[in-house]
Amino acid sequence: MCNLKPLNIQYLYSIYEQNMKNKYSIFSLIKNALSGHENWQRAWRDPEPKKEYDVIIIGGGGHGLATAYYLAKKHKLTNIAVIEKGWIGGGNTGRNTTIIRSNYLWDASAGLYDHALKIWEGLSQELNYNVMFSQRGVINLAHNLQDVRDLKRRTHANRLNGIDAAWLSTEEVKKFCPIINTSQNIRYPVLGGTLQRRAGTARHDAVAWGYARSADKMGVDIIQNCEVKGIRRSGDQVEGIETTKGFIKTKKIGVVAAGHSSVLANMAGIRLPLESKPLQALVSEPVKPIIDTVVMSNAVHAYVSQSDKGELVIGAGTDSYVSYTQRGSHNIVEETLRAILELYPIFSRMKMLRQWGGIVDICPDASPIISKTQVKGLYFNCGWGTGGFKATPGSGDLFAHTIANDEPHRLNASFNLNRFVSGDLVDEHGAAAVAH
Amino acid sequence: MFIINCPYCGERDQSEFSCGGEAHIERPKQPTELSDDQWAEYLFMRKNIKGIQFERWNHIHGCRKWFNVVRDTSNDKIHAVYKMGERPPIK
Repeated sequence: MCNLKPLNIQYLYSIYEQNMKNKYSIFSLIKNALSGHENWQRAWRDPEPKKEYDVIIIGGGGHGLATAYYLAKKHKLTNIAVIEKGWIGGGNTGRNTTIIRSNYLWDASAGLYDHALKIWEGLSQELNYNVMFSQRGVINLAHNLQDVRDLKRRTHANRLNGIDAAWLSTEEVKKFCPIINTSQNIRYPVLGGTLQRRAGTARHDAVAWGYARSADKMGVDIIQNCEVKGIRRSGDQVEGIETTKGFIKTKKIGVVAAGHSSVLANMAGIRLPLESKPLQALVSEPVKPIIDTVVMSNAVHAYVSQSDKGELVIGAGTDSYVSYTQRGSHNIVEETLRAILELYPIFSRMKMLRQWGGIVDICPDASPIISKTQVKGLYFNCGWGTGGFKATPGSGDLFAHTIANDEPHRLNASFNLNRFVSGDLVDEHGAAAVAH
Repeated sequence: MFIINCPYCGERDQSEFSCGGEAHIERPKQPTELSDDQWAEYLFMRKNIKGIQFERWNHIHGCRKWFNVVRDTSNDKIHAVYKMGERPPIK
């Protein structure tokens, strides 16, 4: 006979007490359900800034919070602050279309994005926070002969780098996603596509909240509603930051401010090769499940997936001019919806509920910068342009490594600021799966 | 979305125009004597200002002429429009 204990609430609760304190689990859910969900503790503190930190991260989005988390977890630095102008995850982390994939052409990009994808695969467990990572596959469509050649080449390159990739014929695309219009009589017919099965989506807010909660637990101070007004330097070494909550001293600053990177670079007196532009997205009214994968099209610039709430999540393009307005132009949305309707005639009577813009910082080679700068103790993680969400965990991990060791990790060595001087660019403009 | 007052055609919707980026970046006069740092500065580094920015626009779906615009990038309000070769009307 095996030694079975009676399965009752008290027993379950004792397990919870022993092992699960402060952890989210079925036991904490039962316990809080029994008390009417009135006793959940707040997920992170709301501290006032200290006078001095070992490292200050500017920007409380997914990338910034992940950086703080990995600094604390892997590099044992716990005297860290994350300074956020608004609320955490309120910028591009909460504005993207949540697509995650790693099917990039060049070796450097493949290494970077697949590193992130591997962390995504275990992230909910690691953070004890359900980030709703769903490997539903991402298809990239080809609409002309050049697309077919480029995408097939990328499929081969992906496989050589150990990244799963498959080429689908028009019929196979139709089988994988039956609502696509594969008629050869449309303006841009579907000539096939690539499929990365490990790719998919995640809940973007949960990523910020999960990293915030875990970083906070290790002692990281997350300071919201605190705007950085200046970066103080003494010669070529950083001394601290001026904020709306006063001066905070530090020897190391990691800037992860997306669209506002140039504004912060300006405060520190350095130049960046960035242009900030509005990128738009929109969601429809919620409907029953109709599309169980992510479909992207570079040539007609339309991509679509369906959220767990049932909304179609549609990504549009960037405006051609610099703007910090978080709005974007109407004609950009019009072009995207035109493309969506040609590919999915079934959506013709869908109503769009919300539309918004986020400010993305675009590099000349459409690849990010995770780098030291000419100022000692000043590090920048920027230039993610239109596709940073997918890289959140990898970006945080590699930026933390760069800050802690004052040297880049092997995987982000190519993404240094000096490549714009040396000419050793990582040109993913045409090579990336979607137009930049 | 905003209206641009083309100096040749008058007020038109922004979607008729194409933005050519930061204005008044001079092509190096002695390209062969430039260092790598100077090339990087000329080719890639941009002010990317949040606020008043000077930029070039082309009326691509109209007269196809280039001109300069002074625009506040924090609210897309246009403060001045002036022709190529002219001095900016405001600092």
